[in-house]
Order: sequence, then C-alpha cells, then structure tokens
Amino acid sequence: MQISKEEVMHIAKLASLNISESEIENYRKNLEEILEFAKTVDSVDTENIGETVGTNENYNVFRKDEVIDYNDKEGLLKNAPSQDEGMFRIPKVIN
Amino acid sequence: MSREDYEVVIGLEVHCELSTKTKIFCSCSTEFGGEPNSHCCPVCMAMPGTLPVLNEKVVEYAVKAGLATNCSIEKNSKNDRKNYFYPDNPKSYQISQFDKPLCYEGYVTIEDEEGNEKKIRIERIHIEEDAGKLNHDDYGRGSFVDLNRAGVPLIEVVSKPDLRSSYEVEAYMKKLKSIFEYIEVSDCKMQEGSLRADVNVSIRKKGAEKLGTRTEMKNMNSFKSIVRAIEYEIDRQIEVVEDGGEVIQETLRWDDISGRTFSMRDKEDAQDYRYFPEPDLVAIKLSEEYIENIRKSLPELPESRKKRYIDDIGLSLKAANFVTSSKYYSLMFDKSSEISGNPKAVSNWLMSDIARILNEKELEPDKIPFTAENLAELVVLIDKGTISNSIGKKVLEELFENPKEPSKIIEEKGWVQISDEGAIKEVVLKVLENNSQSVADYKAGKDKALGFLVGQAMKETKGKANPQLLNKLFIEELKK
Repeated sequence: MQISKEEVMHIAKLASLNISESEIENYRKNLEEILEFAKTVDSVDTENIGETVGTNENYNVFRKDEVIDYNDKEGLLKNAPSQDEGMFRIPKVIN
Repeated sequence: MSREDYEVVIGLEVHCELSTKTKIFCSCSTEFGGEPNSHCCPVCMAMPGTLPVLNEKVVEYAVKAGLATNCSIEKNSKNDRKNYFYPDNPKSYQISQFDKPLCYEGYVTIEDEEGNEKKIRIERIHIEEDAGKLNHDDYGRGSFVDLNRAGVPLIEVVSKPDLRSSYEVEAYMKKLKSIFEYIEVSDCKMQEGSLRADVNVSIRKKGAEKLGTRTEMKNMNSFKSIVRAIEYEIDRQIEVVEDGGEVIQETLRWDDISGRTFSMRDKEDAQDYRYFPEPDLVAIKLSEEYIENIRKSLPELPESRKKRYIDDIGLSLKAANFVTSSKYYSLMFDKSSEISGNPKAVSNWLMSDIARILNEKELEPDKIPFTAENLAELVVLIDKGTISNSIGKKVLEELFENPKEPSKIIEEKGWVQISDEGAIKEVVLKVLENNSQSVADYKAGKDKALGFLVGQAMKETKGKANPQLLNKLFIEELKK
C-alpha cells in the first residue's frame, strides 16, 4: 500500500495537526504499515456473506423519550480552561 | 443575452428540528431557550467514556415524515459518523446517516408560478443531531459555546435538483413546513431555527443537458432571505458566465443587510467528512408492521384536505391552497365554518385581513391570538346584519389587540349597526337638508351624487348605518 507525502499532509490537515517537514516521512511509513496490516482482512472469503449493517449483531437499542435533567451544570463546566456566564469561552471564531 | 436564456436549477437540503421531548442520543430536554448549557449532560457534551442511545421517537417521527412525503422506508438502516472540526460540534463528529437513510425516493407536490401542479422529488430523509450555538461578543474577548442545542434531533430532507425558481423554492419549503406541522413531527418555527435550508443554486443555458457548477448557501432561515439570496445568486452567476468567467463550486454566506453573498473560502477544501458506520450505535431494523402502524396513524394531509375543501365545500383553488398552507389556518377554518355555517366568509377573512395583519406583525399563523369561536361569531354578526363588513374589519383589528367575544367588542365600542328605520330616516333627512346642491345634481341625472349623500350619512353615523337601508331611504326621499 503506497501513501504519498501529499496524502499525509491532507490527513494531518483534516486532523488539525501541524507536522513539520521532517516528520512527514515517518508518518508516511507508519500509515503504510497500518494499511498493510489492515489488508489482512482482504484475504477473507466473503463470497456468500450478506451485507453487514451495523457493527455488531445487536439492533434496535432504543431509549424512551422521557426527560431526565442532569442538573450539574457546574460539574459539566468544571474542567473548561475558560468559562464565562455559564458558557465555554474559546478563542474568537469568525464565520 | 439575458436571464430568459438561462435555466435555473436549485436543490435544497432542508433541516427540520423534531419536536421530541428529549435529544436524539441522551435524555436532556430539547426545549428552546433556557440558560446556556442548562439542557446538557456528559453525553451531549461529549465527555470521554459516554455512549449515545437512540431516542425511539426520533425514528418514529422520521418515518412519519417519510411516509407523509411519499418516501420508501429503509428497513435496514444505521447511523454513520461524519467527521469535522468546529467548536459548536463537541465530539468533533456528527452522528448522521450516510448510505442507509431512513427514508428515500419520495416527492411532494407544489404549484408553480402558472398554477400547475409540479412534483418535487425527494432523494432522501435522514436523521442526525444538531450542533451547539456559538455566541460572540463585541469586545473581542472570544466566542462562547452553548451546547443546549447540541444533540437536538433533526431530519434532513434532501431534494432532487427539481426546483427552477425562487418561487418554487418558497412553495416547496412551505409545503414541507405545512406537512410537518400537520403530522406533528416539528413545530417548524423558522425564527427559532427549527426549519432551515442549505440552498444549492446553478444555472445553465436553456436546452443544455449538463448541470452548471453549483454554489451552496447554508443555514437560510427565512423565506424572505431565501428568495432574495437566490435571486441575487442567479444574477451573479449569469453575470460571471456572460463575462466569460466560470462559476466556482463554493460555499457562500448570504448577508441580509448588504443583500449579497460572500465566499467562505476557508472551508473550501475541508469537505472530506470520512463517513464510517457509527461504532457506538447498533443497526435500526424496521418491520413492515411497524411501518404500517405509523402509516395508519397519519392524520389527513394537506393535499387531501385541499381536495375536500374544493369538492365538498366549494372553495376556490386559491382559497383551498391558502387555508391548507398551515395546520393552524385549516383547524381554525374547520371549526369556524362549522359554527358559523359560512365557510366562504371564513376563508375570505383568513386569506385577506387575517393574513395581512399577521404579515404586518411578522407573526406565524400559530400566533393568532383569538379563537375559532371568535372568528365564527364575527362572521355571524355580519351575516345577521348586526354589523357591517367595514365594522367587521375594525372588530378583527381589535381581536388581534384585545381578543374577546366580538359581540362584547361591538357593544363596548358602540359599533352596533343602526337598522332602525326611524333613526336612519332622521339622518337621511338631515343630510338632504344640508346638501341641497347634491340633491339638485341627483335630480339633474347625476347618479354619483347619491354616493356622496350616502357617504355623508355614514360619516354622520360613524359608519354604523345599515348601508342597504340607507340607500333605500335616500332613493325614496329623492323620488318625492
């Protein structure tokens, strides 16, 4: 499995990672190895096996539509690096 | 070349918040408003180790919406993960649906500008979670994240590119809004963002096969801005092409104040969502029985009501379209018609004065402050001749300001029509005495003079004189 330098940079950008020029080759090799490993599943014969929907055998696990108040807003915000008026404060986002 | 040489092609992605009590994957309330972050828990705030559990009502409402829009229902459905970074999206992914949407291949019928019926095909309807809300202040201290809306259930209705004008877009959205209100899956309040659309616009030379490059305007939430934005974008694209340029595929932001679109270039190359099956949720399997039970539970839909109003009650197509355009109009229509026995008068009030006042006040039909009984009484008071039509209009204005029984309003305001022949005759004689010139004119054959005299008498009685009686008495007196 071949991975290009451009693909590494694209993936880094999607993951919002800043990687330096010198790191690219290392990541490129790592990703190739991961894909090589994942290729093992290609050897399974799926000829007569139906389509898989969902990631395990279970299905229809639902919840009733009934409100349960969590009631610990303080706890939810406790670990925020910065907060103001009950909201998470983050660097200004311009849209 | 001009606009007539081009065909406009528009496709819509309509997002509609479902009116379930709780969020899609946790038991937090979906109520609008509330203190920031007060309808939140570790699940919708994406705390590590939490797991989503699907709300059964979300599936039911989405299937309802699908059946009401003539969709097929996917019996083997699932959720998928859509990956993107944005501060209003706490998990850094949105749980949505990719290749197995709950509903697919439906349509709704609208009327185009010529009044012809036109089918707008629906490609799919899928369920997903809404994002939180970012607040900004004017002091540059940063942005502030409120996650009350994060996890509120949405359906996204994706149309085929069948729409050909801003008029059709508005008609299509109004039709969806009305259907979803009728089947009670959403309150469709546009001001609160419960109904909003991403609008994809492209143009092509008339007769061309190939679709033009499209641009997308996201999160449009008023009919007025949607229509303005589309008109602007059509003109802009034609100008680009006429000048020998090419339309670039991009996301645009519509600015209501300046009335133009702006490019949002920063997000251009980020459209790689890397969808994959959501590993934290299991498959959704729906039986034929489940689907049929929902189908049976559907109330009468606007299309069928419309036919009934035309065929059984004799409303015009225009009136029937208007009355069925909102659930609230048609509920009021049904009840007021039944009580007053005069459906045509009821539909006229709804279509003319009630719609006009709502429009002036920028209110939706669900905000009509008076009851169907009030409207019925107003119709009856006019039919009985207790008040004139023009006083009726004043009563209606009053119903919006200070809703109470119309009979009480006219009593308090002293608006009861004078139908007492003796009292009216007195006024007639007085007017004739004071306007000898008009009397002479009338006798000289100027029929217009009668209108003037009647007007004077109306003025004298502050509009309360019975107009038929007034006319009759004037003619009698003038003949003498």
